[in-house]
Amino acid sequence: MAAGYAATRYVANDYYFYAAYIVLQYVVIATAWNILGGYAGYVNFGSAGFYAVGAYTAAILYQLFRPPLVAMIVGGGIAAGIIGLAAGYLTLRVKGVYFAIATLALAVVLETIVNNWDYVGGTRGIYVLHPHQVAGFANYARLLFFAMLVLAVASVVLARSIERSRLGRGLAAIRDDEQAAESAGVPTLRLKLFAATLSGALMGLAGAPFPYYVSHLEPGSAFSLAIAVNAIAMPMIGGATSWVGPVIGAVLLGGAQQIATVTISSILNLLIVGLLLIGFVIFAPEGIVGLIRRLWR
Amino acid sequence: MTEPLLCVENLTKRFGGFVALTDVSLAIAEGERLGVIGPNGAGKSTLVNCISGLLRPEAGRVYFAGGDITALPAYRRARLGIARSFQIPRPFRSMTLEQNLAIPRDYAAREPTDADALLAQLGLGPKRGALPGTLTQIELRKLELARALAARPRLVIADEVMAGLSHAEIDEMLTVLLALNKSGITILMIEHIMRAVMRFSQRVVVLDAGRKIADGAPADILADKEVERAYLGA
Ligand SMILES: Nc1ncnc2c1ncn2[C@@H]1O[C@H](COP(=O)(O)OP(=O)(O)O)[C@@H](O)[C@H]1O
Ligand SMILES: [Mg+2]
Repeated sequence: MAAGYAATRYVANDYYFYAAYIVLQYVVIATAWNILGGYAGYVNFGSAGFYAVGAYTAAILYQLFRPPLVAMIVGGGIAAGIIGLAAGYLTLRVKGVYFAIATLALAVVLETIVNNWDYVGGTRGIYVLHPHQVAGFANYARLLFFAMLVLAVASVVLARSIERSRLGRGLAAIRDDEQAAESAGVPTLRLKLFAATLSGALMGLAGAPFPYYVSHLEPGSAFSLAIAVNAIAMPMIGGATSWVGPVIGAVLLGGAQQIATVTISSILNLLIVGLLLIGFVIFAPEGIVGLIRRLWR
Repeated sequence: MTEPLLCVENLTKRFGGFVALTDVSLAIAEGERLGVIGPNGAGKSTLVNCISGLLRPEAGRVYFAGGDITALPAYRRARLGIARSFQIPRPFRSMTLEQNLAIPRDYAAREPTDADALLAQLGLGPKRGALPGTLTQIELRKLELARALAARPRLVIADEVMAGLSHAEIDEMLTVLLALNKSGITILMIEHIMRAVMRFSQRVVVLDAGRKIADGAPADILADKEVERAYLGA
């Protein structure tokens, strides 16, 4: 983090901070997705919905109070966490494919609400302009980069500590066999709700600084397909059973996409990610981490 | 007589229009070895699921250690001391044997569990670091049992742990179960194979088509006309 801050002082080209922000944002999103999807085995197709809840909560707070960035981020995290808890409560009793469909539906419902909500600009979107000056940073892009760096480090540390705790072992038991887990004393519903809440909250945190990043927040970019797809593809390609996987996936895919968007269209981009994902699911279901482990032995 | 450890009263379980259990009642005393037998499809596993909490009966009540547990989720029952094995082994596949036992140890046991000693007792010591995918059928059955025991239960429900095993392996399994019972654990043995149950059990309950048709000492069960009919399909 110190190196990240130093970079904000000495690296000249702002483009790098814009690009790094997106990669770090994907580290947070992929890590968040993995807490429910990788650890507990519940696939969430609606990540963009949680991300957008974070972004729009921040935008609403901005409209109401012009609060400091930290407050917008915390607010976005809390709101998305509550949605995660509620969605979990409604859907986590059903296993597998129903849960996946329910999360997809949730994102559609949320997007429809935003599209028809004038206060946040409806389909036209809303301007959320960041302050001009900030102490300690040359410009706002660099502050946003640094904020996302802090969020990324914090979520990875959190995921890693969960993975190694009793809670993480309980989630792994749920992923392997939910009924066997329950029969072994694991309070499966409670653990899943916890994972859904935390996962949603982290996605909300990732989305909260986004209005400032784009200045003009619109439903199309907040509820973007890229986020929903990358949230799944990055952990699955990196390796979904450990905290390292989402980080590797986010850095590789996110980095490649940042380079590629200059040359190829975003739709083609997503198509490539989709094909990669299918390839990994079929040929290397344990992702890059699994491949490396296999070579190691 | 003292109060039974487990008491099942008038249990009825339906799957859609199909009635898998009809008005089944039974009781087990603390420290007892009870066998439940019945032909395939008699409702034995359904009974296990209703006792352990994975299924909710449409009618009837389940009492354990004096408390009504009918409405409790399965994990609470595990914590109270009910452990079960699955007929078709359901290990945690991404975990080593040791890690498999750590789940009930961390989540259900009220006293410390010595997972290594348990694995050694069941002859799985050398495999403690292996993944379940590398085990043989009998080893998987033993893992089921070891995982159930890692919860430090008061009652163990063994759902067909002998099925498909050789004579020697059945003897081995029976020795383990008898030793457990000696140490004070109540055992409910669900079996399709008559011979093993008759040897093991102090009392036997017979299920047929979801109904209890007999309940008594092994010798009496063997002499029972209705049981013979159920088994021979006459
Ligand atoms: N989840 C279920 N849904 C529908 N039918 C079931 C289910 N579980 C069991 N059954 C049916 O209930 C009957 C009893 O099954 P089961 O309890 O597994 O018998 P057993 O263990 O004695 O062989 C069988 O006819 C079986 O097909
Ligand atoms: Mg059965």
